[in-house]
Amino acid sequence: MTTRRNTVLPGFRLTLGFTIFYLCLIVLIPLMTLPLKTASLSWQQIWTTISDPRVVASYKLSVGAALAAAAVNGVFGLLIAWVLARYAFPGRRLIDALIDLPFALPTAVAGITLTTLYAPNGWLGKPLARYGIKVAFTPLGIVVALIFIGLPFVVRTLQPVIEDLDAEIEEAATSLGANRTQVVTRIILPYLYPAWLTGFALAFARAVGEYGSVVFIAGNMPMRTEISPLLIMTKLEQYDYAGATAIAIVMLLISFTLLLTVNALQSWSGRRLSH
Amino acid sequence: MNATTRNGRSGRALTEPAPIRWLLTAVALVFLVLFLVVPLAAVFSEAFQKGWEAYRSSVLEPDALAALKLTLIAAGIAVPANLIFGVCASWAIGKFHFRGKNLLTTLIDLPFAVSPVISGMVFVLLFGRQGFFGPWLSDHDIQVIFAVPGIVLATIFVSFPFVAREIIPVMEAAGSQEEEAARVLGASGLQTFFRVTLPNIKWGLLYGVILCNARAMGEFGAVSVVSGHIRGETNTLPLHVEILYNEYNFQAAFAVASLLAFLALVTLVLKTIVESRTRRDLTPVHEGAAQTP
Repeated sequence: MTTRRNTVLPGFRLTLGFTIFYLCLIVLIPLMTLPLKTASLSWQQIWTTISDPRVVASYKLSVGAALAAAAVNGVFGLLIAWVLARYAFPGRRLIDALIDLPFALPTAVAGITLTTLYAPNGWLGKPLARYGIKVAFTPLGIVVALIFIGLPFVVRTLQPVIEDLDAEIEEAATSLGANRTQVVTRIILPYLYPAWLTGFALAFARAVGEYGSVVFIAGNMPMRTEISPLLIMTKLEQYDYAGATAIAIVMLLISFTLLLTVNALQSWSGRRLSH
Repeated sequence: MNATTRNGRSGRALTEPAPIRWLLTAVALVFLVLFLVVPLAAVFSEAFQKGWEAYRSSVLEPDALAALKLTLIAAGIAVPANLIFGVCASWAIGKFHFRGKNLLTTLIDLPFAVSPVISGMVFVLLFGRQGFFGPWLSDHDIQVIFAVPGIVLATIFVSFPFVAREIIPVMEAAGSQEEEAARVLGASGLQTFFRVTLPNIKWGLLYGVILCNARAMGEFGAVSVVSGHIRGETNTLPLHVEILYNEYNFQAAFAVASLLAFLALVTLVLKTIVESRTRRDLTPVHEGAAQTP
């Protein structure tokens, strides 16, 4: 192991110095404006903003739709990761590459495309409308957009863990008389649990703050389909920096709680895997 | 349907029965076609709905070209800046031990945890009309928000972690023996980096740059907050798509969107190539090790 004192490698001070300087300049100083701005507001001001029914409705919608989308991604993401890691079928490599499309496709493009597809006269909206299901401009549409955005998080977190599953454990269980259902529910799923939760939390965290893919399909009706990031945007356009800050700080607290949860989950799964 | 790839003689009991395998694969494929393939096809279908001529004129229209130029400028500054940062951060974190290393790694990921709208908003709070530096900037007649500098800053912020987080693990995994050997044998610091370290991290580096570039060119929320939406001046490609779409000019919106979708496809292809190269570079070592008795 290298330590700072006895290594012959150069550049420690220079690279660490630049890293910290650039991190402060681009990320930390700009982010510090949020707590600073919050500190300049009174409790009364903050509370009036965040207890406004329209704001409360947007929090409920943002968190609720993100939870629903992460749950759908949790189920289908696990299924897709399993199929990609374990089964061979024609076109598997192509599909595998396509999983990252939501990472690569700009959110505004995803937004207008999903809206056009699920609009009442769209490719998918038309057949659904026949069964009385409306997607575009309803909370369901928001969930659809968030499913699109979150899917790769769950698949890409689970896939390597499934690939690394030790076949010998499954062989041992099978040779000791366990049937396939028992192997899956008692051995494989418990082993995948931490990675599964991590993927779920990552998809959820991304979905709570998502803006570009949602604003087009949501319809943005106050109290019904207005997400929190859009309210921040509206307040900023009215130069109401105090209101925007109050809404943002609550969202930031939600995100950081999630980030800490993910870190705790990762160290937990790291400990479990290394025994 | 073929059997699984990993089982030998006792394969049967170690995988699901064929009908279940078939069913699971079918469900996964239907889901992926509905959520990924259909939207991708729809972008290009909508873009070409009025034929090639209409497509050409919406893409070559002056405002679209101005948006393309601004997108290239923003990514052209953000990607190299974050690349230099990523190399420095991974050298310090991957090759040395110091206190607060975990904290530093967590802080680098911070932009991922922040909503795009908030990422743009912090720059408005700093440089906006009523922001912390707002009065000073307006006294000196410098405009950051609703101008190109704000767009560049927001782009750097949202694409900040990509390169660093890809090469830190590679740098850590490679260890520092090779570099130490090079130094002891008389190589200079830069020679060591370019001849020993860079070949080890090149695929991770390229991977990070591809992802960083995709995010930088495609960012919408953060840039939207700081842009001010001045046509032909402070519009990037994603913002131009939004304006066209809100004007009900759907064909033109999708024509410009198809450029971004094409960029996404190129990103996916490059990413797949880099991933398979990384795997190929790693395999001979494992095979060599397996052959030794």
